[in-house]
Amino acid sequence: MDVKADHIIDARNSYCPGPLMEMIKAYKQAKVGEVISIYSTDVGTKKDAPAWIQKSGQELIGVFDRDGYYEIVMRKVK
Amino acid sequence: MPKTMSIVLASGTMDKIMAAGVITSGAVADGVDVNIFVTFWGLLKFRKNDNSISKLSYDGSEMSDLIMRKMSEKHIQGGIEMLRTAKEVGNVHVYGCALMSDVLDIKKDDLDPIVEDIIGVSQFVSMTEDSYNTLFI
Repeated sequence: MDVKADHIIDARNSYCPGPLMEMIKAYKQAKVGEVISIYSTDVGTKKDAPAWIQKSGQELIGVFDRDGYYEIVMRKVK
Repeated sequence: MPKTMSIVLASGTMDKIMAAGVITSGAVADGVDVNIFVTFWGLLKFRKNDNSISKLSYDGSEMSDLIMRKMSEKHIQGGIEMLRTAKEVGNVHVYGCALMSDVLDIKKDDLDPIVEDIIGVSQFVSMTEDSYNTLFI
C-alpha cells in the first residue's frame, strides 16, 4: 500500500462497536480528501467498517492483514 | 430528515444498559438519531459516581461472575460509556424520567451529565411519534 494516512487510529484490543465508533469520529474530524487508517483486532469491525464506508459513500482503499491485526484504509470523499 | 429511534431504558442490569449502548452505537453509525428515556432501575444507575453496575439480569445470573470477569479482562466499554461515545458520533439524547426522579428525590445534578434533562412521559411519548421504532429495554 502506497497511500499515506493522514489519520491513524489504533483501536487494537477494542471490541465492537468501539473501533467503528472511533473511525466515524475520525471521519467527522477529517477534511475531504484525507486518508484514515484504522488498526483493529476485532472480528465484527472487519465487516462493519467497510460496510459503513461503502454505505456512506466514502472510498474504501483496502483492508490489509497485518501481523496479528488488520488495517482498514479509507478516504473521505464527502 | 434523519430517522429516529426511541428507547425506554428501565433496567439497571449491566446486560440491559449495554444493550442500549450497543444498539445506540449501531443506530448513530447508520445515521439514525436516538432518544432514550431512562427510568426505574435504569435511572438509579445513571446517578453520578454510581459504579455499581455489577449485576446481570436473571437469565444470565448464573454466569454473572464469568461474564463480569471477561468484560473486565477485555476492557469492554460499559453501556453508559458507549452512549457517551455514540453521542460524539451522532445525535443521541438521554432524558431522565420525572416520575422516578420525584420518587427517589433525584435531581438533574445528581445524574451523569449525559442526561440532558428530566422530562415527563408525555413529552417522551410525543418524541416517539416520529420514531420508526421504540424499544423497551
